[in-house]
Amino acid sequence: MSEMKYHNNFLREVEERVEEGHMVKMCMQCGVCSGSCPFGPHWAHPPQELFMMIRAGKREEVLSSDSMWMCTSCYQCIVRCPRKLPITHIMHGLAYLAKREGKVPKGQPTAQFGQMFWDNLTKTGRVNELKLSLSLYFKDGFGQGIKNAMAMQSVGLGLMKAGRLNPLEILGGHSIKDKSGFQAMLKKAREIEDTRRKLA
Amino acid sequence: MAEQKVAAYICQGCGLGDRLDTADLAKIAQKEGKVAFAKEHEFLCNADGVQLIKNDIAEGVTHVVIGACSRRAKTEAFSFPGVHVSRANLREGVIWVRPDSDEHRETTQEMAADYIRMSCAEAKRVNIPAGNPNHGGNKRILVVGGGMSGMTSALEASRAGYQVVLVEKSGELGGWANKLYKRIPFNEPFNGPQDTGVAEMAAAVQADGNITVYTNAVVSKTGGAPGRFAVEINHNGTPVAEEVGAIVQATGFTTYDTAKLPELGGGKSPNVVDQAGLEALMKAANGGAIKRPSDGGEVKNVVFVQCAGQRDDTGTHLPYCSGFCCATSVKQAMYFKDANPDVDTTVLYTDLRMPGNNEDFYRSAQNKGVTFSKGKVKSVEANGNQCKVAFHDLILNDENAAIADADLVVLATGQVPNAGTDIDAWTQAETESNNGQNAEAAQRAQELKVVSVLNLTYRQGPDVPQLKHGFADSHFICFPYETRRTGIYMAGPVRRPMDIAQATEDATGAAMKAIQAVENAAVGRAAHPRSGDLSFPSVRKEGCTQCKRCTVECPFGAIDEDEQRYPLFNEERCRRCGTCMGACPVRVISFENYSIDTVGSQIKSVDMPDEFDEKPRILILACENDAYPALDMAGMNRIEYNPFVRVVPVRCLGSVNLIFITDALNSGYDGVMLMGCKHGDDYQCHFVKGSEIANYRLSKVDDTLKSLNLETERVATYEVAITDIERVPKLINEYAAKIEEIGMNPFKGF
Repeated sequence: MSEMKYHNNFLREVEERVEEGHMVKMCMQCGVCSGSCPFGPHWAHPPQELFMMIRAGKREEVLSSDSMWMCTSCYQCIVRCPRKLPITHIMHGLAYLAKREGKVPKGQPTAQFGQMFWDNLTKTGRVNELKLSLSLYFKDGFGQGIKNAMAMQSVGLGLMKAGRLNPLEILGGHSIKDKSGFQAMLKKAREIEDTRRKLA
Repeated sequence: MAEQKVAAYICQGCGLGDRLDTADLAKIAQKEGKVAFAKEHEFLCNADGVQLIKNDIAEGVTHVVIGACSRRAKTEAFSFPGVHVSRANLREGVIWVRPDSDEHRETTQEMAADYIRMSCAEAKRVNIPAGNPNHGGNKRILVVGGGMSGMTSALEASRAGYQVVLVEKSGELGGWANKLYKRIPFNEPFNGPQDTGVAEMAAAVQADGNITVYTNAVVSKTGGAPGRFAVEINHNGTPVAEEVGAIVQATGFTTYDTAKLPELGGGKSPNVVDQAGLEALMKAANGGAIKRPSDGGEVKNVVFVQCAGQRDDTGTHLPYCSGFCCATSVKQAMYFKDANPDVDTTVLYTDLRMPGNNEDFYRSAQNKGVTFSKGKVKSVEANGNQCKVAFHDLILNDENAAIADADLVVLATGQVPNAGTDIDAWTQAETESNNGQNAEAAQRAQELKVVSVLNLTYRQGPDVPQLKHGFADSHFICFPYETRRTGIYMAGPVRRPMDIAQATEDATGAAMKAIQAVENAAVGRAAHPRSGDLSFPSVRKEGCTQCKRCTVECPFGAIDEDEQRYPLFNEERCRRCGTCMGACPVRVISFENYSIDTVGSQIKSVDMPDEFDEKPRILILACENDAYPALDMAGMNRIEYNPFVRVVPVRCLGSVNLIFITDALNSGYDGVMLMGCKHGDDYQCHFVKGSEIANYRLSKVDDTLKSLNLETERVATYEVAITDIERVPKLINEYAAKIEEIGMNPFKGF
């Protein structure tokens, strides 16, 4: 899709393909969201600006931005928005669209962790915390993984002593009863969502 | 009138009896004030006290002196029709501003005694005004302009039972509203353009038996005064004479010429139009799709440029915000979105102003997909059948933002008032032309006169004075609709920029003001702000030197000149401020109950201690509208001030004649403080120019003081607002300290 500056093409795409995207046009540029965001100063484009960029048709810049990945879902912006925009949801929606369009900045940690979490969860229907932490430790290579693990050693031992971490989970771990049913359900849900949001 | 009989009443309530020796005050009233009798009463404003006064009035008392609270308090209890009441302010002006202790008892009592003397002196010189006997009684209302404002004024006045003459320059009623496709929504749910309703309103005006309509007509001459305006109407070339009591001018506006905005593409491409141009396109399309003017092509992208030639601080274009154009752009963007949601509409604004319910309208536009971008437009360039709009995006801070392919650009230009002749410029041109000797100036005066709306035969010029940016008004917050010409009221965009909803509201207000004017004029009373005042100025011709100061200075153009060049007062036009009385160098202008003598006698009646008593006396001449209430409120808040001041309220600082000051200094006052309202562009003077004129006169008082060998500090002028409750006592105390520093007036005792 060619980029048309200050046309509504991208706004229309966002309305169609992003969760709660139809609310973007209601932003009145007051900036309360940007001012309320605890991570605001660290974003390249705070929400107010992202919304303006969407309206200005800056598709490439928005989707390849890492700003929406910075959202911690604290919901401060939603609470304060005078126009009642579900800003947090729109941020996640934008992030998802960026991922589906292959625009996520390389090595974006939130995106990486999200993928790990998803893979970990969908395999058995349960989150395997031991495997999740290990894959997180080792995501930047073996040496770094050992360092990370050593640094977190006492926490791990403490959790084990308290019975909150079972070392045997490393062998595969427990799962839900109907694993294939669960995966079929996820597949169907994705099909529906993709059709609705024209993501396929 | 019956013989004058003055009686004094001293109240002992509100602590006055404890703090003051009221028996002594009564004695002073009788012996020095020379009243027929003086009575004390423990609670004068109660039914018993009031009855006491009423009984005495029945026995022949014509003038009452009340030594109690301020003239601003208990006005209903102490209102006796046909009887003059002088109020000595012993409560707010004396005991409430002085500490209650033995060491201060003497100076407090002296203060009270002087106020009694002053009130007695004033009362004896006051005649009871009976109203202007030579008033007109016409209650018809002339409305000039047949747009939404004019028609609303006419209908409202008619509904209130008044006859209306409506004059419209063009061939049909409706004005700008006729040219609109739809108007900004004015009732629930404020979410889309609404029908103007102009046709129905015009039909209602035509059908109204109380309204005489002249279309294709202009006002060619207006003379007279409220209650008796003689108006000549040029109706299709035929002169028609009408007599009316008051005038509502609703002559509206013209749009700012887009040709003056070449940088925004004005006049460069048929695809760049102003908002009026877009309404014309929409009317032609009649609900269908608007075609591109240059080639009839499809319009896919429309850009609205806000503040085009407005809010300009470079002095090239209009300096003000017209207020209606943001909502108009929203409305016009909706024309496109309602016809075809796929059309891109972008509103480029720096500040979006959506007063009142327009906020809902704005939200509705966003919902329909109108895009609002905060940006300052730098240029609009035509490029074939499209335009490139270059702007600085203020949210994304992109200096080089641009919309490259706009099919249509709408410039939101502002309103320029149709206020007629700029009489200040006209007066200057007339003066410069020197009876036609300077041909250029005479030509300029002629050009300025030609555009006149009312063609007044007033000495001060053919139209009402303009206030800011060429809009005709007197004060849009305090005195809306009023102008500096009594009986002539402004409604709609001629007064300040506005939309239809505000203009119709305005028109109703102006009609009410016109009714107030005709009703007061018909009984010979002042219209406003001294509504109901029966006094009026009169001139003692024998003493007049024909200096013309009164005719020039009157803020309301009330005074013309007769054939022998004497001032000719048009009492109905007068607001009773007394600026003429203050202006007159030979002091021949006075009111029955307010004159050089009533004020002067108060000044001179004060008991003047001699030089060695170390009791200076400071005279305060305080504007009764703002400064005097501020002093009263200082009293209510028990803020102390110096006991050596004596306050005389005046109708306006403009009514202060220099003789008051020279008299005061000659009779031994050590200083004179003059307290008037703020003047200048954001003035607060109730009489618009009164305090300004007073300041001008007093700027020359220094020479007088020097000729008397007095320090220039002995006369000081202050701008005081009604809210200066804490500042006024401070000013007094500082001034008293300064007087102590420079010492006593050497004229004491002469």
